[in-house]
Amino acid sequence: MQDAVTTIMVDRTLDRSQGGERIRLIARNVFPFVVVGGIWEIIAWSGIFPRRLFPTLEEVAASFVQLTITGILPHHAIETLIRLLTGFALAGIFGVTIGVLMGRSRRAEDIFLPLVSIGAPIPGLAYAPLFLLWFGLGNISAVLLVGFVSAFPIIFNSWTGVKAVKEIWVRSAQAMGADDRRLFRHVILPGALPYILTGLRLGLAQAWRILVAVEMLAAVPWGLGWLIFGARKFLNTDAMLAGIVVIALIGLALEKFVFQKIENYTVVRWGMISS
Amino acid sequence: MVPIEIRDVSLIYDTPGGKVPGVKDVNLNIGASEFVCIVGPSGCGKSTLLNIVAGFLEPAAGEIRIGGKKVDGHGMDRGVVFQDFAQLFPWRTALGNVTFGLEMKGVPKDERERIAHEQLRLVKLDKFTGSYPHHLSGGMQQRVAIARALAYNPSVLLMDEPFAALDALTRDDMQRLLAEVWRETRKTVIYVTHNVSEAVYLADRVIVMTPHPGTVKAEIRIPLSRPRDPLSVEFLDFQKELLRHLGHETGTNEPTKTNGKADA
Amino acid sequence: MTEGGQRQRTLLRGTLSLLAAAAVYEAMARSGYFAPALLPTLPTVARTLVASVADGSIIEHAAFTLYRVMFGFALSVAVGLPLGILMARFSRVEHFFLPLVSALMPIPSFALVPLFMLWFGIGNLTTILIVFYAATFPMMFNTWSGVRSVNPLWLRAAGAMGADEHKLFWKVIIPGASPFIITGMRQAFLRSWIAVVGAEMIAASDWGLGWVIFDAKEFLNTDVMLASLVVIGLIGFMFERFIFGSLERMTVLRWGMMRAAKG
Ligand SMILES: Nc1ncnc2c1ncn2[C@@H]1O[C@H](COP(=O)(O)OP(=O)(O)OP(=O)(O)O)[C@@H](O)[C@H]1O
Ligand SMILES: [Mg+2]
Repeated sequence: MQDAVTTIMVDRTLDRSQGGERIRLIARNVFPFVVVGGIWEIIAWSGIFPRRLFPTLEEVAASFVQLTITGILPHHAIETLIRLLTGFALAGIFGVTIGVLMGRSRRAEDIFLPLVSIGAPIPGLAYAPLFLLWFGLGNISAVLLVGFVSAFPIIFNSWTGVKAVKEIWVRSAQAMGADDRRLFRHVILPGALPYILTGLRLGLAQAWRILVAVEMLAAVPWGLGWLIFGARKFLNTDAMLAGIVVIALIGLALEKFVFQKIENYTVVRWGMISS
Repeated sequence: MVPIEIRDVSLIYDTPGGKVPGVKDVNLNIGASEFVCIVGPSGCGKSTLLNIVAGFLEPAAGEIRIGGKKVDGHGMDRGVVFQDFAQLFPWRTALGNVTFGLEMKGVPKDERERIAHEQLRLVKLDKFTGSYPHHLSGGMQQRVAIARALAYNPSVLLMDEPFAALDALTRDDMQRLLAEVWRETRKTVIYVTHNVSEAVYLADRVIVMTPHPGTVKAEIRIPLSRPRDPLSVEFLDFQKELLRHLGHETGTNEPTKTNGKADA
Repeated sequence: MTEGGQRQRTLLRGTLSLLAAAAVYEAMARSGYFAPALLPTLPTVARTLVASVADGSIIEHAAFTLYRVMFGFALSVAVGLPLGILMARFSRVEHFFLPLVSALMPIPSFALVPLFMLWFGIGNLTTILIVFYAATFPMMFNTWSGVRSVNPLWLRAAGAMGADEHKLFWKVIIPGASPFIITGMRQAFLRSWIAVVGAEMIAASDWGLGWVIFDAKEFLNTDVMLASLVVIGLIGFMFERFIFGSLERMTVLRWGMMRAAKG
């Protein structure tokens, strides 16, 4: 998902200097949405589908505003975000630790790699019923599952990253008197950081994709996934679409404000990846 | 500064294809503050020997003594500069790279930055202390690497073709700079090169190694006064002598192995 | 230590670690601390797997899942590939679709399942469309960046040798972009596979491996669940390894181009 965002951002910065260009650029980015919105309205008004199932954009917007000022939508969103961050934090801590261990020690690699390779190809959501059975309906299952599933890309990338640390960096540092502990902190970690960040980014994307579905299955009382799923029962398509909009916004914000910032501050500045 | 003794050193690499000798029965005595260049055909074991002295590889037989003390692993008495530009840490600025060794030693921040600035000035990079390596040219990066190796004041400097990937003009500059630095600091230096004129320009003594598996074939003293003039007759004579030892002129000792490389 | 010895040790340790994991599980299952319904022993799981293969039920479910995933995946290639190429070749197309795509991509496919259920009912159509939605973006994106990254030198060289637009397209652009296109297919399939299982669970029709797992939960048939997990993992792994692996070997690896796609 980052490529599209990046490209648009690059366009923007390139054009920032010329004032008139900028307006044209905004128009260019808005135009497709106007077209799609127009088509949506035509279908909605035409009555091909029942209005309840295919609400107009005004209805969706009204529902969005109403759900927001009553605090329902923010409540759902916050619960979802807390679950996301808890699960992702678990995945980050365990994933990076296991991955780095695998990269550093042959023994850890031999032990963990077969387990990880067997678990990884199974789609994460397929574990959901198992987790629900073992840990019950609700938050614990949801968070654990999100953590478990998003740990895989983090493990793989941290592992590769540590293995990709250049031997010459290690030797230089050793020649300058770095002991194992400082070698790890000052060389291995920063050297593997581009990969670790990629892993975290993939992990977060994965966590985000799966969390919405988990919330539907785990019968949690609040959460955007639950909002969408529950709205179906009462044919509240407008609320459902409002929920989907929030999901899109959060997904976009995670990518753009969290990871691009971290990358720009670290590996891009060091020239280890190009922006 | 300290002398280095290399006694009967051999090393064998264990590869999937079998055992490959790296170096064989190398004997060499290097005086304190001496600048020694090692030349030899590609693959003869120069880098291997240097890595043994640096403590990254353990010899199968023989031993190395630095200042009378037996080498056991890497240590801060030796500074190392590799050929690869990528040896600098990309996540640290030029200054951060140079302070690394001092940081490991536990030198306080102010003190180590003062020393690092001093070293960077010595290699004429005082304007680039805050730059990250990817914003520096290849030659500048190698100069940072030299400053980095000098900063924690090791008594021995080990250099493996540090300028081989530079263009000819930059390389000339760097050689001049290195000669100056050595005159000021008087460290014991082992310098591996393919380049005969570089060896004559820098060294007190040039060691010629045999083709693989390498051992010492000849030693040539270069008693020329410094700074040396690469166009003088004596300089060219030494160059010719070296080439002859490398089997380049007479064509007797496997000339193909050194062809092109020796005068690269 | 020699390389051969190292490899043997790796194999040994790997096997040991798998055996140990299995043993820990088995010990837990037999310890009596946990309900056998929640933690069936490995032999029970194996028996269930064999039985469901023998009576053909799991095969039938797998066939349904495969039908949905292949249909959706094929659709996504049919749409994503041309769209990616058009976007890379014509800036108007790019300017129109790029903003839309970057707005849609952060929406996980599962978020659309309830909506699609309302619109299209439960069953094949919803599942196929979810798979299509999940797989189209990686397909399109990789194609787009692949075509954009085709070395301009090749284009110029081919032009100098007299290739016209049509030939340029088929003989230079497509092969040049193929590492990315194959990567795109691979990612698209992976997403499809994830999407199909999830969609089958949430949309709960009567067939498909995802449904089996979810349905088994209602009756505490943990052994059925684990057996289906094994089948799901195996099918995904086989696609990844054999189909896409050999596709890669036949094309870009042979041309020594794989680095381009990875880097
Ligand atoms: N890591 C290694 N594993 C196995 N064999 C090696 C390894 N490194 C070097 N060798 C072998 O040891 C011999 C000496 O290698 P070395 O790198 O020391 O040569 P060199 O003189 O530095 O060559 P060059 O001038 O090309 O750098 C070579 O013949 C090579 O085959
Ligand atoms: Mg070498």
